[in-house]
Amino acid sequence: MSVRVDELRIAYRTLRGDVKAVDGVSFAVADGEIMGLAGESGCGKSTLGNALIFLEGRMRQLGGEVELDGRPLRISDSHAMNEYRLRKISLIPQYAMSALNPTRKIGRLARDLLKSRGTRYETVLEEFKRRIALVGLPEKVLDMYPFELSGGMRQRVTMVLSTLLNPSLLIADEVTSALDVSTQRAVGEMLTEFRDRGFVKSLIVITHDLSILAQIADSILIMYAGKLVEKADAATVVGSPLHPYTQLLLASLPEVGVRYEDTSLVGIPGRPPSLLHPPSGCRFRERCPFAIAKCAEEPPFVELQPGHQAACWKAMLDVKRDPAAQAEESRR
Amino acid sequence: MTMLVIERVSKIYKSGTFGSDLKLALRQVSFGIDKGEVVSLIGESGSGKSTLGKIVLRLTPLSGGRVLFEGTDIKALKRKELHDYYCHVQGVFQDPFSSYNPLYKADRVFEMVRQEYFAGLHGDEWEAKIASALEAVTLNPADVLNKFPHQLSGGQQQRLLVARALLLDVKLLIADEIISMLDASTRVDVLNMLVHLKKRGLGILFITHDLSLGNYISDRTVILRAGTVMEMGLTAKVFGNPQHPYTKSLLTAVPQLHKKWEHVEAGSPTAPIATNGIGTARDKSEPASMVERRRYSRSSLSPTRGSTTQVTRPAAKGGGEYGSHPSLMDISDAPWQRWGPGSVNREAFLLSQVPPPLVECEDGHFVAVEQ
Repeated sequence: MSVRVDELRIAYRTLRGDVKAVDGVSFAVADGEIMGLAGESGCGKSTLGNALIFLEGRMRQLGGEVELDGRPLRISDSHAMNEYRLRKISLIPQYAMSALNPTRKIGRLARDLLKSRGTRYETVLEEFKRRIALVGLPEKVLDMYPFELSGGMRQRVTMVLSTLLNPSLLIADEVTSALDVSTQRAVGEMLTEFRDRGFVKSLIVITHDLSILAQIADSILIMYAGKLVEKADAATVVGSPLHPYTQLLLASLPEVGVRYEDTSLVGIPGRPPSLLHPPSGCRFRERCPFAIAKCAEEPPFVELQPGHQAACWKAMLDVKRDPAAQAEESRR
Repeated sequence: MTMLVIERVSKIYKSGTFGSDLKLALRQVSFGIDKGEVVSLIGESGSGKSTLGKIVLRLTPLSGGRVLFEGTDIKALKRKELHDYYCHVQGVFQDPFSSYNPLYKADRVFEMVRQEYFAGLHGDEWEAKIASALEAVTLNPADVLNKFPHQLSGGQQQRLLVARALLLDVKLLIADEIISMLDASTRVDVLNMLVHLKKRGLGILFITHDLSLGNYISDRTVILRAGTVMEMGLTAKVFGNPQHPYTKSLLTAVPQLHKKWEHVEAGSPTAPIATNGIGTARDKSEPASMVERRRYSRSSLSPTRGSTTQVTRPAAKGGGEYGSHPSLMDISDAPWQRWGPGSVNREAFLLSQVPPPLVECEDGHFVAVEQ
């Protein structure tokens, strides 16, 4: 088990109180697993990703534990975390294209970066060159400044740099969001390639684009308003989701071939609740078309089917019911 | 009569010292938009799609060709006429969060329109006008009026901007990537709103890089690559039966929910290759390519260069290279180098470049044929 997160709670300190961006989140990522983390903006997915590598000054860990390769990870102790950054846990930042220092040549940048981790540049230089070639860049980029490269080339350099020391966990935060379809595909395939070649052990891919996750992720975790709502393998989440939020989210995605004349898609009305004073009970209740009285109580995040977890009272009732009756209902 | 006619429009961007670096952003692009028609303009970043939107909005001048709105060349419009032109043609842009001044309430954008166009209008009439515009974009007035931008969701902000355009007697809306910044759950609402407006007779130029969004909403589709029209026609035909290898390769790259890339690829040999698709796409913030500029200056310094008359075509035939994306014509070997650095010659040369001709393969479906 590469990463295990247990009841993690992260809040942003503001003048008006704590904004509980991550509220009791538990999951595990196995070795060689690519886990997708999806949700609307403001659901806490980036906060969760950032917390695993760098807790900003305004962020505070309110509780919970993180374990990496069987050893506890003290994420609130920034000094202790320095040991792990880049070496064990690495991040491809949200704007990877502008993440490189414009005043340093790529080679020099890598040298500085490795020096700060206590690794000699020369010892990994051969591997660095090999990987630069692997992502289709000429070796001379080491002697170039970031502004001499196109956006896509910079993105590739950033990806190679952040995985150079073969981290156990790589967090890719919205790496495909600002890209064209063909570039998106190239980046997605590169991420799986990195995993297959063992450059990274496990990956957490954070995005709001479920169709990208359907392509590259092994499992998908859906977050809503700081809480987990559903987790299962990618095909199950996309094919037969249990939570109404996931169902509505998927129903609102226009796919190629769908036209407004044939199928009229609908969005999800309303907005996510404020995390400053989150409502009690199910947080999706306000927007949920299936809400029942029971939803005023908080639903537990439990396994409803083998390998398929969800936090929803209705889903729980549906699954408990006789499968035959359920099939009948869906036929109707 | 077609409402908006774009006729062989070319655009050259100049950059570098004394504008020495030329970039051909649009190469003789022609198409039209009718009343009540949604035309989606699809291309990767750097393909010139936003440039075309800006030209129609007269935010940037064109270098060649012309744009006719209801039969009038928009280049000739003077102050009063331009004022009227903007009454009919309006734009909404990508980032709703930076379209508002955060210090003022969001509905101030309406007030600006009132000052400019409806200074004499009575208070009640004005309120009725706002109410009907908000109704058209399916917003509840109580939800959005008298609020600050940060109190509104991205989708609400974007719809409010469309409502602002509707206050005017708008006939054509330029929607430049208006939903790329929105969440999946609100995207569809904005799209459906555009469909609703289209049914009321509004013409929409829908600029996007997302093929599935373009497919969902538009009647006709124009595929643009490196400033050149690759394929255009009825959306159902372009997407259902793509002819140009570039269109095919774009379609195979679209992430789908229930079909993996590997399986999509099986049917088409033109899928982009991972390692060359990514390096060549350029983001908008980037000026004309450094690499290409250096190549130009180096070759012009060497007088002993052999063949100087040959012009390299940016798009070659075959499979894999459609993943790569030349956003600029390779002008390093162009004949004007023999004539010295006069930029007039170079400009004329670039403008004279005829794009690959469009051939009608079936009714209303045009494909560029590479020579």
